[in-house]
Amino acid sequence: MRAHPANYELVAPGGLSAVLSLLAKERGVWLPIAGGTDVMVEYAAGKLPARKLVSIWNLPELRRIEVFPGEIRIGAGCTYTDLRVHDMVGREFPLLANAASWTGGIANQNRGTIGGNIVNASPAADSLPALLVYEAELILVSANGERRVPYSNFHVAYRKTRLAPDELIRAVCLPRCFSRYYAHARKVGPRKAQAIAKVCLAAQARLENGVVEDIRVAMGSVAPVPLRLVRTEDSIKRKPIDAALLRLARQTTAAEIQPIDDIRSTASYRAAVAGNLVAEFLQALSTRGMQG
Amino acid sequence: MSESPDESSKWEITLTVNGKRVTVQAYAMERLLDVVRNDLGLKGTKEGCGEGECGSCSVLMDGVLVNSCLIPVLQAKDSTIITIEGVQADGRAPVVQQAFLEYGGAQCGICTPGMILAACHLLQKKPQPTIEEIREGLSGNLCRCTGYLQIIEAVKEAARRGAAT
Repeated sequence: MRAHPANYELVAPGGLSAVLSLLAKERGVWLPIAGGTDVMVEYAAGKLPARKLVSIWNLPELRRIEVFPGEIRIGAGCTYTDLRVHDMVGREFPLLANAASWTGGIANQNRGTIGGNIVNASPAADSLPALLVYEAELILVSANGERRVPYSNFHVAYRKTRLAPDELIRAVCLPRCFSRYYAHARKVGPRKAQAIAKVCLAAQARLENGVVEDIRVAMGSVAPVPLRLVRTEDSIKRKPIDAALLRLARQTTAAEIQPIDDIRSTASYRAAVAGNLVAEFLQALSTRGMQG
Repeated sequence: MSESPDESSKWEITLTVNGKRVTVQAYAMERLLDVVRNDLGLKGTKEGCGEGECGSCSVLMDGVLVNSCLIPVLQAKDSTIITIEGVQADGRAPVVQQAFLEYGGAQCGICTPGMILAACHLLQKKPQPTIEEIREGLSGNLCRCTGYLQIIEAVKEAARRGAAT
């Protein structure tokens, strides 16, 4: 049944510290809402467990992109549109800019935020494999201060993260060390925009002297969490790209993912596509990844 | 609807809609869509899916295309909203609307207000969009009648006629 707005409380303190003290005062009671592209859907369906919400939309402290010599720090409140129009994100982190352009339609890109995407923790989220590939770190903030954690193990189980009830993601940090990598992204779904992926891939690698010197591969919709395929990467590293390697890559990919049957696809289709995507990436790498 | 909602928890929310400053009494979590349609009586903004998939409820909020079904009205406090009724004041809209008429871009009409707003938003950013850019700019607006080709042609024609200037 549809929710009645009188049964919900929403406040907008307008500043980060006011939001954090509210989260600290009543731990686990207040649900942060940014652009609402996930929360409002649950709310409208009458499925939102929280009754008290605190708006973090457009908090200035969360909506900026800072560039440092060694890293770029993307405020968690930045929208997909913010990511798409930022020159350096497009130039140095094309996998993220690509994923942002694949997420929803324009209206949702104008409201959905990178922090919201992480906390919503859908295994099908388009931008999360890119963050895994770029070895992101998260700055988490609470009334007690900040902590910096690797993103790689932030998702602990299906839609569960390491975020404490009184914390917010403040920023996503990406190291600026991938300029010499060949980047490749693919989303397989019924429609390019405004559709959830059956399988999506973000990957990058560097070829040197005909062998795969370094490689990072991550996928969405193939496991309970966004998945970096470390065993598959290890099986590919320091090898030349040939038919034997493509065969091996498909096998290790199939062994490493844990796809399921659901409304959007089947486990066997996903497994086949996942292997094909890794093989396709390696083929593209061998033909186009030589420069740099 | 059997609950008796507590009217005292309503907020006084002021926003500028189609150039007019208005103040409504609303629950903070009321959807901007419902305030626009029910409190302000602007029925041109449609509810399609109610979950941000279809774009029928598109409005421009502070110049940016949004789905009004996903916006709690408190987040629209003090903002500037343009609905399909107000888009006439925007120089682009009449040209876009005329092109939709001529090219069969409107059939049943449910998606049309959102399509027009999305087209205006696109033409503001890209006065001469490519077909691919038009497809992308309208990708969040679903149409079950036209098959999209007429709509895309209409936007292309509107751009050709200088809708954005």
